[in-house]
Order: sequence, then C-alpha cells, then structure tokens
Amino acid sequence: MGTPQETVNFPVKESTRVEYGKALAKLGEEYPNLVVLDADLSGSTQTARFAQVFRERFFNLGIAEQDLMGTAAGLALAGKIPFASTFAIFATGRAWEQIRQTIAYGNLNVKIVASHGGITVGEDGGSHQAIEDLALMRILPNMVVLVPADGPETRAMVRWAVTYEGPVYIRTSRLPFPVIHPADYTFELGRSHVLREGEDITLAGIGLMVHHCLTAAELLAQQGISARVLNLSCLKPLDWELVVDSARRTGCLLTAEEHLSAGGLGDAVSEVLAEHHPVPMKRVALKDTFGQSGSPDELLKHFGLTPEHICKAALEVIGRKKRG
Amino acid sequence: MHPITDMTQLKEIARQVRLDIVEMLYRAGSGHVGGSLSATDLLVALFFNHMHLMPGNPCYPQRDYFVLSKGHAAPALYAVLARLNFFPREKLFTLRQFGSSLQGHPDSRCTPGVEVPTGSLGQGLSVANGIALALKLDKSRQRVYVLLGDGEIQEGQVWEAAMTAAHYRLDNLTALVDRNRLQIDGRTREVMSLEPLAAKWEAFGWHTQEVDGHVIPEIIAALRSCSQVRGQPSIIIAHTVKGKGVSIFEDQVKFHGVAPNTEEYQQALAELQKG
Repeated sequence: MGTPQETVNFPVKESTRVEYGKALAKLGEEYPNLVVLDADLSGSTQTARFAQVFRERFFNLGIAEQDLMGTAAGLALAGKIPFASTFAIFATGRAWEQIRQTIAYGNLNVKIVASHGGITVGEDGGSHQAIEDLALMRILPNMVVLVPADGPETRAMVRWAVTYEGPVYIRTSRLPFPVIHPADYTFELGRSHVLREGEDITLAGIGLMVHHCLTAAELLAQQGISARVLNLSCLKPLDWELVVDSARRTGCLLTAEEHLSAGGLGDAVSEVLAEHHPVPMKRVALKDTFGQSGSPDELLKHFGLTPEHICKAALEVIGRKKRG
Repeated sequence: MHPITDMTQLKEIARQVRLDIVEMLYRAGSGHVGGSLSATDLLVALFFNHMHLMPGNPCYPQRDYFVLSKGHAAPALYAVLARLNFFPREKLFTLRQFGSSLQGHPDSRCTPGVEVPTGSLGQGLSVANGIALALKLDKSRQRVYVLLGDGEIQEGQVWEAAMTAAHYRLDNLTALVDRNRLQIDGRTREVMSLEPLAAKWEAFGWHTQEVDGHVIPEIIAALRSCSQVRGQPSIIIAHTVKGKGVSIFEDQVKFHGVAPNTEEYQQALAELQKG
C-alpha cells in the first residue's frame, strides 16, 4: 500500500451538496411529481441546479424555514415528492417542531436535504455549523436519517429517497470529500458496508469521517494493527447486525463523526452495543462544545477529528480491550 | 343531498353539531368547548354548502381540501365529518379515549376526512399553501380552505405563510379566522393585540372580507365571492362568540379548554334542544 495520503488513495474529490443538486436536476426529468423548495440558500444548497431547469417546480420560500417545512408537507399531501433544502442548522433547529408535528407525526413523504452539516462549514463559524442535526432528526419517529460519505453515495441516496414513501433527512456538506465509492454504488435502507476488513478494532464513521477512518486504518496498519472500517451512512435505521457483528469480531469499536458526541452516530452505536454486545468503545466527536470560525483543516485539528486523532483514540480503546 | 342550500336546514345541522360537541366533550371529560362552538357555523357553511365533497368518501379525488389549523376545535370537525358519513357517528363518543380513532387533536393517520395533523398552532396555513401550490401545478380547479384561530395568528409562522400565499398568488386558497377574541390567558387585546387585523392581511396582499361568523348565509356569500377572486389569496375574518349557542359558555375565558360538568352539560343540552 502507498502512503496514507488522500491524494494517493482517493485522488478525486466531490462535494455532497453539489452532487445533490446535480442528482435533483437529473431526477426532475424522470419524476414529473418531484418538486424542490428552498429558503433563500439555493446557491449554497445547490437546489438552484434544479430551479434553472424546472422553474415551475421550484419554490423559494424566502428566509422562512418554518414555512418551508409546512409548505413541503402540503405539497406531499397533494401527491408531490417535495425535497426541501436549507442549511442543516436552520432545517433541523429553526423548523424542528414543524418537522416533528407535521412531517414526522403525519409520516409525510417529505425529503429534507440539508447542506452545511458539521464543522467543515468553516469560516462562517459556530452559528452556522450544525453539530446537533443528527440527534434532532434521529429522535423523531418515522424519520430516516442518512449521511453520505461522498458523491456516489449522495447520488444513490437521493435516487433512493425519491422512490421511498416517507420522511427522510439527508445531511450534505460544504466541503468536497474524497470519492471512496464506485460510480455504480447503490443504496439500500438499513444496510451498511464494510470498506476495509480488519481484526483488532472497528472504526465506524459517517460523512467525511469515513475517509478519515480509512486513512487512520492505513496509519494503524503501519503499526501492525488491523482495523475494520465501516461506513454507517444509514444512521437510522442503523444496521445494528453489522455493528454487533463487527464488535464481536474485533472486540472493540470507535465511532467518528462531525457532530456532538451527544445524540449522533456514537450514541446510536452505543445504544446498540450496550443492549446487545458491550465492548470497549470510544466516540470521536465534538464534546459538549460549539464550533468556531477557521479553515476546515484547522477546525478538524482543533476538535480532534483528524486521522491522527482517530489513530490515537483507537490505540487507547485497543489498550482497554487488552486490559479487560 | 349535497350541497345543502336550504338555510333553515343548515341552521338545524349547526344546532345538531353543537349538541354533538357538548355530548362528546361531556363524555370525554376534557377538550375545548369554547373554540369548537365558535367555529361550528363556519364549518357547517363550508362542509355542507360550499366545499366540493363526496359524502361517505373522504378520499374522493376531486375534493376540496380543508385544514383545521386551530386543531383544538377537533370536536367540531369530527362532528361535521361524522355527519358526512366519513365514519360512524357512534365513534364521536370515543373522543380522547385510549385507542380511539378520534384523537384529542386532529391526526390524519387515523381519522377519515382529516387531511393534516394539527394541534401545534400556527402551522396550518403553510400546509394549506403547499396543497394549493400542488393543485396549481396540476392545473386543478380544486380549492383549499384553512381555519385559523385568532390567538393562533400571534405565531410568526402564520405571517411567513401569509407572505408565501400572496407571493405565489394562491387564489385557490381561502383562509377563515375564527375571531372570537379570547385565548387561554384572556382577551386577545390583553394578551397580545391583533388589531387592526383586516388591515394586516390586506397589507400582506390578501383579499380580505369580514362577516358575522354565526350568520350562515353571510358566511356562504363571502366564501362564494372569495372563490371569484383572481391573483391573490382570500381571507374571511369571521366575528364569532366563543362558546356560541350555550349562554353559560359564551364569551367566557374559562371555557376555552374545559369540558362541561354535569350541571353545565344539562343546561347546555336544554338550551340547544330548545334551538
């Protein structure tokens, strides 16, 4: 194997939000009932790509996220397939109760695809970095929660979401991510994948952290440690059989996410393992703190979300396993 | 049989709906009597005269849509839906009970004829707008009706939605405000002033009318003229009396969210039976 630098392993980068916009423009041709809504961020969320082609099926609601969600619900009730987009912090924070009361409670066919998830939003700072969106969506009954790791996975998830009947939340990101999936990747609800086999520890990531887990696995391999890497992009419903099986095989586990440790991937995995197969584990995530301004790289370093941090955490968890 | 154009008959239906509301709430032991009785004549005018519906078939594809944004008036809506044979009338008296298809607030998943889950205030107009946009895309002649409470208009989302309906020229949408001037904590003018209410909606780009919300012919005339408006959404501010039809409930803050006790129930029945 080569050096664990992303440019060597995964030379192509794609932005999940851009791939979302492109996928919408394509699916708009195939699905005349597909409609798209935005709240004055169509350039950032990339829904403008759909708006340019299908002007009459695009609705800008202005800076009004609560109305955005309610309007999407109404369109769904009258037989349309609405995709509603804005920044993740506003979609899940500002409009949480609208999502809860109408979309989730009514089990309506609304797709919420929110961009600018996590701290790699960067310079805009803590007010715009959604680090609690996954917790807010995961606790809602009926809601499916997905976090694509790259372009092919985004395209596959959006294509899947059009045909699925029910509410879905998909988190996209501002920063381009290395492409780790093949172009023909398909998505299956509740089914996650092993990206790398290994025996000593399981590294389970979502979003950009999937790539960082793969890089960390390379670094660990140089120290003679073999790590199994999972992409748990389907956060809800979680592929709990894969999680339990991985914990059994490797005896310890680590999760990594651009999210608070409270309520996100780490907690979802902890819930499964605590009930089915407790093993030493660690959640690599933000700890009870808000984000701040900075470049994505600076922030990933500051908040302990680099491959090196994952390695260090992995060694600590493996150490606990041996002591146990 | 439908629509009903005889005003005496509509008035009689409204009286029977009020009797059902009182009976339902008394048996349930809880619920919102005041806002259900104030909205009764509006619902009767809509469902029995004005809206395009198929009695017995809540899923009729060409139906007009109705959104009860003031979800706490669910008993009034349920009584109307039962009378349209959307479900058996006996179900009314299971209101709020465990396992009942008639939940405390409207739940579209279990009650035939309820289109939208509501109860958390201020959200219904946005949903109605979404339905209206979809109908416009489909070039359908179906219309959307939404009933708002007056206190509910204090929610900011209502004004977001007011802008949206005007911006998208939703002339296939008519909103009604049950202007009974009371909310849980007191008179609207004391809790949070709403006036000048009609001027506010006009300023937001809406065709605005005001009616006596207990005079059914007046309500019907307003609904008809709103259906003729082109290029803008319409709103009917219906001046009503909370608890209308039962003297001890009328204009009483206390009867916003309580069910009648036995004595009150008997008095209410006596008054409503007299007509």
